[in-house]
Amino acid sequence: MRCLAENTETGKDLLRFLTCGSVDDGKSTLIGRLLWDAKLLCDDQIVAIEADSQRSGSHGQDIDFALLLDGLQAEREQGITIDVAYRFFETQHRKFIVADTPGHEQYTRNMATGASTADLAVILVDARKGILTQTRRHSFIASLMGIRHVILVINKMDLVDYDAAVFYSLRATYLDFAEGLGFETLSCLPVSALKGDNVCAASLSMPWFDGAPLLAQLEAVEVYSSADSLPFRMPVQWVCRPDLDFRGFCGTVSSGHIAVGDTVVVAASGQTSTVRRIVSFDGDRAEAWQGDAVNLVIADEIDISRGDTLAVPHDCPDFADQFSARILWMHADPLLPNRTYLIKIGTTVSGVRINRLDCRINVNTFERTAAECLALNEVGVCDVAVDRAVAFDSYAANRGTGRFILIDRYSNDTVGCGMILHALRRATNVYRHAETVSKSARVTLMHQKPCILWLTGLSGSGKSTLANVLEQHLHGLGCHTMLLDGDNIRHSLNRDLGFTDADRVENIRRVGEVAKLMVEAGLIVLVAFISPFRSERRMVRELMEDGEFLEIFVDTPFDVCCRRDSKGLYAKALNGDIPNFTGVQSPYEVPEFPELRVDGTADVATSTEAILALLRARGIL
Amino acid sequence: MPLGTKSERGQFSVSRHDLVHLQRLEAESIHIFREVVATFEKPVMLYSIGKDSSVMLHLARKAFFPALPPFPFLHIDTAWKFREMIAFRDRMAREMGFQLLVHINQEGLERGINPFIHGSKLYTDVMKTEALKQALDHYGFDAAFGGARRDEEKSRAKERVFSFRTASHHWDPKIQRPELWDLYNTRIAKGESIRVFPLSNWTEYNVWEYILAENIPIVPLYLAKKRPVVERDGLLIMVDDDRLPLRPGETPLLKTVRFRTLGCYPLTAAFESEAETLEDVLVEMRAMHTSERQGRVIDHDQAGSMEKKKQDGYF
Repeated sequence: MRCLAENTETGKDLLRFLTCGSVDDGKSTLIGRLLWDAKLLCDDQIVAIEADSQRSGSHGQDIDFALLLDGLQAEREQGITIDVAYRFFETQHRKFIVADTPGHEQYTRNMATGASTADLAVILVDARKGILTQTRRHSFIASLMGIRHVILVINKMDLVDYDAAVFYSLRATYLDFAEGLGFETLSCLPVSALKGDNVCAASLSMPWFDGAPLLAQLEAVEVYSSADSLPFRMPVQWVCRPDLDFRGFCGTVSSGHIAVGDTVVVAASGQTSTVRRIVSFDGDRAEAWQGDAVNLVIADEIDISRGDTLAVPHDCPDFADQFSARILWMHADPLLPNRTYLIKIGTTVSGVRINRLDCRINVNTFERTAAECLALNEVGVCDVAVDRAVAFDSYAANRGTGRFILIDRYSNDTVGCGMILHALRRATNVYRHAETVSKSARVTLMHQKPCILWLTGLSGSGKSTLANVLEQHLHGLGCHTMLLDGDNIRHSLNRDLGFTDADRVENIRRVGEVAKLMVEAGLIVLVAFISPFRSERRMVRELMEDGEFLEIFVDTPFDVCCRRDSKGLYAKALNGDIPNFTGVQSPYEVPEFPELRVDGTADVATSTEAILALLRARGIL
Repeated sequence: MPLGTKSERGQFSVSRHDLVHLQRLEAESIHIFREVVATFEKPVMLYSIGKDSSVMLHLARKAFFPALPPFPFLHIDTAWKFREMIAFRDRMAREMGFQLLVHINQEGLERGINPFIHGSKLYTDVMKTEALKQALDHYGFDAAFGGARRDEEKSRAKERVFSFRTASHHWDPKIQRPELWDLYNTRIAKGESIRVFPLSNWTEYNVWEYILAENIPIVPLYLAKKRPVVERDGLLIMVDDDRLPLRPGETPLLKTVRFRTLGCYPLTAAFESEAETLEDVLVEMRAMHTSERQGRVIDHDQAGSMEKKKQDGYF
């Protein structure tokens, strides 16, 4: 597009908004009514909705406006909204994209999806039910996501006889609650979506209300983005190298402005250079703004690749591996401190650990309470430790570079999202000391290839017995070994830990780090730990170099372990005397791809020989 | 009654504020294209030859300029596409220099599956959905760009930009991954794939405005011209070749018609229009009172049609 306008103030701009609130507050009905009254529906859509309303509508002979948006079969059958629907419409004054989001608590993540790209939230309340937890939760998430403008719609006024007292009382309650949420504009509106009161036209049934109807408010509210006036940031997305003579760095300008001749700095290395060209299909450009997808050619040959962030030298983003953030958890498996996840921030994907969970924030009262984990739809403040330093800003200062998502390493599900508060300096002030005698020097002196033999399995599966016999054999062969046994370590290094999921994660993290140090000392380390979670076994694997971590699954059926019960623990656990016992109340996640599986019911000599064979095959013996 | 009226040539142009909006949409789409190429091993673009594909092709060229789009373009042929579409496809591949892959379900072809005998549902299942899955499996693509827009249809309005598919190409609309901001989750396990929709936030009108503003080549069938059609079940079906079995009493008539969407000719209805230029098309669209996919027979062959087709792996 060659003739783009410089003046964006004239003409119709775009407003992205969402509708949210508790289930059955009439969100989909409101949008359906708005489209209907504003005459924004097509003829065939009107015919279809009339037919649908007869078939599966919930208002007898009347039109069920929600069916315009609830497009999934499951939604229409159950009469609920499951996922966010996007609708596009345009009036004489403005273009709109509306995200109609679900009210059910279990689908809060879909509401967050809709909120993340919205400028304004229309929050609905059922006049009969008042301000509910879900109203508060959605208001809180809207505020977390940085939405500055809110219209509170008190809906179903027809069912409370259009009573002004009901409206003003709910309005007062909400204003009181929302005081701390930092909304720039907040207007309250009495509506009947079903009857059309105060949707497109002022209500005849509520002459006591003199505010503008919803559509007029949506057309009038002024939202502007400050992202153009912020310092320049661009996460590098892709390096364009069609031939040896061209190297361009592609990405979307996340904030600020860039022009040919400007100096840019690579946040990671601190190296600077100048912008030589801004290449585009339509010819070179002189400058680019926030939101533009550009291809920059830099004057000097400096190292830049995907995941790097380009910035202006006088106002750089933070570059650190630890920060504090608010996290909204979106998965049924809770967030556990010290478990590792993947983080996507800008164009970087890296391993990440929640080092500490500062607190959980109650969505009703905003009270901060201590917490061991974050369950589905909960919000907490966390210390986040990324595997490597990354460039970021606080979300308040710069939305584009202050946000991230968390991904589960196994299912690849998006399990959480976060908004950064500030960098934590503790990581930057602790420097690694370079060691003069290296790992390889120590290993050479030992005349052996160090590794971890990680024995995992249920309690009573025979891990400790097998590890002991194995260590005797290795010792007899002249190997330098060390045995770390779960029970013994729990009496010493880890005696402060219990058996909750969070403590189990920390238990394995510590023993993993200890085993790693021993490998660096050149030892063959035998670890006999139940280690029930795949995620932590994988975390230890990733601490080590390739081939150093050998996972051995001691596979003994549950009933065999129960029968053996050498410590009498199963009897107690099954009796309910030990909570969180693996295999009883707490899960054991079977290894998917262990280096070796040994049959825990076979005799120890056979299993030992199988492991020795593995070590020979891997060149360790 | 023709829907469109002829506008005076040159009078219509895309306004400045609309260009700003198009520029935003363009940048968002380019971002999506680049993210896929940077994170997937074997992406492909589904090229259906229609107006959305034309816009996608143009955006892909912009996204990677001065490099060429670093992925092939796949056309799922059914043997029932309009002849002008096939000619246009081959010309584009030649002129734009992209690698064109054409796949047709050979088994379906050999069994003579066609929309007249087997009905539009079975025909679409075999010649489009199955064919697409065959091709994706055959080449091992892990990401596939499609031109679907959220304003097209109610189940599409619910879909993510990066839409996850199981190893058997299944879409489960009840457990879609959350999609926050522009931080797309591109992680998949072996065998799984992602369908990517760079035009998610475009409307039909935006597509036409962009085609006009950017002078993008499109199949001439989108513009009004005298064409032989028969009226069948209230729809105007173009007699594109002699394979269309004429029912008793049907005689092809020459009418000035054009198409709003393009698919297989026996399943895609034309409508009477005088809109011979892109400017005319935009003027006509402003006055239209029907939605885009109304002329698609396959959207109406069962309740919740599109969602069911999508769950099975249709685009």
